[in-house]
Amino acid sequence: MRISFVRRDHASRPAMLLAPVVAFACAIVASVILFTALGKAPGQALYSLLLEPFLTWYNFSEVLLKMAPLLLIAQGLAIGFRANVFNIGAEGQLIIGAIAASALPVWYPQGDSALMLPAMLVMGAGAGMAWAAIAAMFRTRFNANEILVTLMLSLIAAQVLNYLLLGPWKDPHGFNFPQSVMFPDAALLPILLPGTRVNISLLFALVASVLAYVLMRHRFAGFQLLVGGLAPRAARYAGFSEARAIWLSLLLGGLAAGLAGAAEVAGPLGQLQRSVSLGYGYSAIIVAYLGGLNPLGIVVSAFVMSVIYIGGDNAMVSADLPVAAVWVFQGLLLCFYLAGLTFIRHRVSFSRKALP
Amino acid sequence: MAALLSLQAVSKRYGAVQANAGIDLVVDPGSIHAILGENGAGKSTLMKLIYGVESPDAGVMLWKGQPVNLASPAEARAHGIGMVFQHFSLFETLSVVQNIALIVPGKQADLARRIRALGAEFGLEVDPEAMVHALSVGERQRVEIIRCLLLNPELLILDEPTSVLPPQSVARLFETLRALQARGMAILFISHKLEEIKELCDTATILRGGRVSGRVDPRGHSAKDLATLMIGRAMPPPLPATAQDPGEAWLELAGLSYRNDDPFGVSLHDLSLQARSGEIVGIAGISGNGQQELAALISGEIAAQGAGLRMMGQGVGRLGVAARRRLGFAFVPEERLGRGAVPEMSLADNALLTAHRAGLVARGFIRRAPERAFTAAIITRYDVRTPGPEAEAAALSGGNLQKFIMGREMMLDPKLLLVSQPTWGVDIGAATEIRQRLIAMRNAGAAILVISEELEELFQICDRLHVLHKGHLSPSLPVAETNAEAVGAYMIGSAA
Repeated sequence: MRISFVRRDHASRPAMLLAPVVAFACAIVASVILFTALGKAPGQALYSLLLEPFLTWYNFSEVLLKMAPLLLIAQGLAIGFRANVFNIGAEGQLIIGAIAASALPVWYPQGDSALMLPAMLVMGAGAGMAWAAIAAMFRTRFNANEILVTLMLSLIAAQVLNYLLLGPWKDPHGFNFPQSVMFPDAALLPILLPGTRVNISLLFALVASVLAYVLMRHRFAGFQLLVGGLAPRAARYAGFSEARAIWLSLLLGGLAAGLAGAAEVAGPLGQLQRSVSLGYGYSAIIVAYLGGLNPLGIVVSAFVMSVIYIGGDNAMVSADLPVAAVWVFQGLLLCFYLAGLTFIRHRVSFSRKALP
Repeated sequence: MAALLSLQAVSKRYGAVQANAGIDLVVDPGSIHAILGENGAGKSTLMKLIYGVESPDAGVMLWKGQPVNLASPAEARAHGIGMVFQHFSLFETLSVVQNIALIVPGKQADLARRIRALGAEFGLEVDPEAMVHALSVGERQRVEIIRCLLLNPELLILDEPTSVLPPQSVARLFETLRALQARGMAILFISHKLEEIKELCDTATILRGGRVSGRVDPRGHSAKDLATLMIGRAMPPPLPATAQDPGEAWLELAGLSYRNDDPFGVSLHDLSLQARSGEIVGIAGISGNGQQELAALISGEIAAQGAGLRMMGQGVGRLGVAARRRLGFAFVPEERLGRGAVPEMSLADNALLTAHRAGLVARGFIRRAPERAFTAAIITRYDVRTPGPEAEAAALSGGNLQKFIMGREMMLDPKLLLVSQPTWGVDIGAATEIRQRLIAMRNAGAAILVISEELEELFQICDRLHVLHKGHLSPSLPVAETNAEAVGAYMIGSAA
């Protein structure tokens, strides 16, 4: 007997909506097995991972805080993914954005200009775009694969950050810790929900979601990107520029990641640190795919992913889980979702004969 | 004599579509049996059932008097049934001989020799070492025919086999088929070329709407009778009479050359031609002689080297696809899915693909109401059979999608229209309609360049012809002053 995958004529819409839910359930089952094998109490672990984030207002506000960079970056990346431009280096674009935004408060630690914060955000977004533009140039000029270039640029960005924090930008009164001075108030984002750390960067992310929706659903430029992703030869036939799609995809992804980086240093961190990112740039890839590359779906998946982030922090303390367990849970989620998508787009065919 | 193959009340349904309903078919050994029918009449489904690609929902199939239930083409081949498909089943990343070795036993070196021998014998020349991805549609079909013949089948199914052959080779193929017939091989011959069927076949089964609408000896009936049986009404009216004085040249190639970097691709050498307002110019020739390259050079999908390409009176060598379209150029490519249309997108979005300049986009926003109206207009005016503008392009049959793409490009009201293989795989009713529309556009003052392998079609609609052979273009041949033999001589490179 031979088992093969046959592409379906139509992917069922209810199944598309159901897939993330099923993937989530499967990831829970698999992690229960995994936690048990590790000798941890699975009930306690799941309670910490999935329920505790909702049980106190503080925990829930931390979920919203984490959601902002994930949502913002994922919206930027999803645009490119729909156009078959795979920006895997949002992590690096975020770091460079954070560095560029930090330049002003590092140079003017006593600054109190009202223009400081807007300038930081513009610099962060611009630097993220510039970092992504390197990959766009390599791709369009030399046909260098953007997956590799953006990934390698992330490693470079991390080293630039290390150099600055261990050298010229190190806080002279910081007991030799690799971090910058604390930023002045004029360099910090206003708080959105009083009594929490949630700042207005959550609004940036929500606005970005609306803009992404409009771009992909109603703008001709978004339609051109979709055509380029689905049928590159049709795009060439219609005269849609491939180079333009690559530039647009990478610049938007870089802009979102750079802005997210700026919002991290001007938000919860209040300074430039080596741990500025916590892997948001990579997690956002999972968020984008879990959301079906759909601007609305991504809002949901960003929320779920930040619950897992906060839950994971809790689980490390209360359930004694290793930090890797959270990454494994994220990975399981993505694997099950992609497997589910395969079954939605294909049906399994059993045939009696071994050869076609 | 016992029937070789006999089908009794065979039915097959795909979702809501009853593709075959209660079909009876008897094929005798040594018979060349025609299957005639319009697009969507169920010919392809019936052949898939016989060849084991699909299983019937109901009915019985007898092979040499024994009931058989073929689960796969491999089983069909084991019984002695071979098939040449209209859409090819070759691996693009393998060479010709590797593709053949997947199915035909034997050493590759021996196979390559046999391929060359068969090629020379039947005018099916193909380089056994060439990679399939670099072959044109026409060359790929030759590989498929050779692959079947190498297996010495008892029943050979040919789906529109002559559509890519020049007249001389058609005659030779017919000789081959008759030789095979004399050895007792049965042949199922699917074609819409009625004259060919009358010349070659001794029996014809005619399908309409998934049912058998007639069984005749085609030699005793006129082409008109056969067509009436096939489409269920009288033939479409003849094409309007020709010719007026052509006007300005809206396409000019003056010594255009193109060096193809692909080692298996075709380079173009010093091409010169003009298409003027109010005339249809045809490019004849077997595909793989530079047709793809020529079309892509004119459309702008590949950049022309140097000058020598003018459109609407300006040099366009440096302009991209979009800029050429803005000048009033439109193009219907040979490949419909994936190039002329995005398979996963709705017809409305596929209208937007090239018709966005027709008021479907305002300030960068897609205007959904005009988009739908434009799409609905294509569907009604060009008789596209589909549930509506929201249907996915991939769900349309080849002929319907061709009508849609043709309609989209024509509704842009271009000054210069380039059409590649306008009626490939399109049924006779729709093909006649498409040709009439082309002539109507010509009469309205458009310049039209038609690249086609169907000589008959070019003679019907063109004012002048060029023949493309190995990247060289013949001189302009006014249709009124030439004939199929003269053009055929250019097609195989034997003209003086």
